[in-house]
Amino acid sequence: MSKRIDVSELNVYYSDFLAVEDVSITLDAKSVTAFIGPSGCGKSTFLRTLNRMHEVIPGARVEGRVLLDGDNLYADGVDPVTVRSQIGMVFQRPNPFPTMSIRDNVLAGVKLNNRRISRADADELVEKSLQSANLWNEVKDRLQKPGSGLSGGQQQRLCIARAIAVSPDVILMDEPCSALDPISTLAIEDLINELKDEYTVVIVTHNMQQAARVSDKTAFFNIAGTGKPGRLIEFAETATIFNNPGQKSTEDYVSGRFG
Amino acid sequence: MATLMTERKRSALTRGRLPKYTPYVVAGSAIVVAAALMALIGFNAFGWAVLSAVLFAAGNVASSAVVEGRRRATDKLATSLVVGAFLVALLPLVSVIWTVLVNGVPGLLTPGFLGTSMKGVTGAVDNASVAGHTQVLGGVYHALLGSVLITFWATLISVPVGLLTSIYLVEYSADNKFSKVITFLVDVMTGIPSIVAGLFAAAFFGLIMGPGTKTGFVAALALSVLMIPVVVRSSEEMLKIVPNELREAAYALGVRKWRTILKVVIPTAISGIASGVTLAIARVIGETAPLLVTAGFATQINSNVFAGWMASLPTFIYTQIMTPTSPSNPDPSAQRAWAAALLLILLVMLLNLGARLVARLFAPKTGR
Repeated sequence: MSKRIDVSELNVYYSDFLAVEDVSITLDAKSVTAFIGPSGCGKSTFLRTLNRMHEVIPGARVEGRVLLDGDNLYADGVDPVTVRSQIGMVFQRPNPFPTMSIRDNVLAGVKLNNRRISRADADELVEKSLQSANLWNEVKDRLQKPGSGLSGGQQQRLCIARAIAVSPDVILMDEPCSALDPISTLAIEDLINELKDEYTVVIVTHNMQQAARVSDKTAFFNIAGTGKPGRLIEFAETATIFNNPGQKSTEDYVSGRFG
Repeated sequence: MATLMTERKRSALTRGRLPKYTPYVVAGSAIVVAAALMALIGFNAFGWAVLSAVLFAAGNVASSAVVEGRRRATDKLATSLVVGAFLVALLPLVSVIWTVLVNGVPGLLTPGFLGTSMKGVTGAVDNASVAGHTQVLGGVYHALLGSVLITFWATLISVPVGLLTSIYLVEYSADNKFSKVITFLVDVMTGIPSIVAGLFAAAFFGLIMGPGTKTGFVAALALSVLMIPVVVRSSEEMLKIVPNELREAAYALGVRKWRTILKVVIPTAISGIASGVTLAIARVIGETAPLLVTAGFATQINSNVFAGWMASLPTFIYTQIMTPTSPSNPDPSAQRAWAAALLLILLVMLLNLGARLVARLFAPKTGR
């Protein structure tokens, strides 16, 4: 289960402030796409428009189209809740629910929506999700313990397990490794590589090596100056972006000359 | 060959410091000097203690200023002021608890005090017990029951209203005009004198049920007017500190907003909300004025909040002191009043301890 996303001429506003301008991009199914760019250039804002999470912030709105396998997320009458149940998200800081056990955290998407699930199915879902998040072996003996007792890296993998337990079509990751140590980062990067067999993965990262390691295609965003909107500068195969970029600013950024 | 350096007897690093025993010497001389001064102007223990403390602080600061320099002297002066303020603040509290304990324990320990009401206890009964030096009859059961029932109903009204208001303010209002008006009104409500709340409830029920309607429920309504703003405020603060990340995490799983609030936000904040509610109960259980005008005075057990006058601990204390059962022998009434006061303080203390317990029980576990 995996769908592609086609974005055309998308503008993102916070009230009157244009944060991201005129982005058109196609994210292929079963691939990993990385967004790179300097801080404040709108990568995360743009990522959040892909599952309508930006709407949580008062005053945020978009113009343009985002097609999930041809269905416009922003068409009239589309329920953002439906969109989010198909496009999952992993955040910068691990955020397991503190009131729930590890097992309940994985089942959160099911239980919070009051969907009935038999105990056997729940056990299977927990094991499968934790297996895919490479966390099963570390937590299988303490599934009833609180999720907040895990290490940062484990918590982040728990959040990934929670996101894939609702079997979304797309997984968005907003700097999933920025709060983690190199070992945990490696574990998550391995995980992303496995996830792309089944899901469309989009990852925002500040770490260019990480983008180079995990992604198939890379999008470079930039901003002309403070107060100006962020723009998509270049979008191409990851190898091309890093070895032979078409734009001068991309080359400057990936070679570390600015930003 | 390096020789091992021996430790110098008087370290250069502590030069210019007063020796450790200085405070004790200063304290001793302050007490003696204060005693001498008091002897001149007429001795009393309280003045002696205050004068000793002042002399001790002054001596400490002065000796430090001479030997140790300005910075340390200032430090000692500030320390003296802080400790002094703390003691002054503690004084009334200790005094109140001590007085109530001394006066209340005999009454509270009288057999039957907790289990009987004032029904049938007349001035003649009190006169007889004073004359015969027998135990004081009559008890507080009806008032205790009334306090518990009235507070229970007040809580039953206030918690849903207060909690839902705070949920609206934090989760739905997005700081619009309406929410600002609510917040302002809640603030005003916090400052309402409790007698006004009582008069409101009395007048309200006077309108719909006929004048002079006094029942436990009217009192509960009056108390809930006082309780709602406290519940709104404390729950609002608790909901506000639930990290937004948790809400977003739930939204990103395709969970609806109301379910997110019900199953993620409230469970995360429940320990704070519950202890806030408990503290609000502790706050209103001792209210007297609104009960005087809404519940009336009863001397017998009434467990129905919807009919008949109802006693409560604060009004029980008030009537026992102001209109003793036997005007010629007020001592039995005073004993009952002090015992009821002690009982009330114990209740409030238990509720406060309960609030802490509740906060700990419901707090999200972080165990590894």
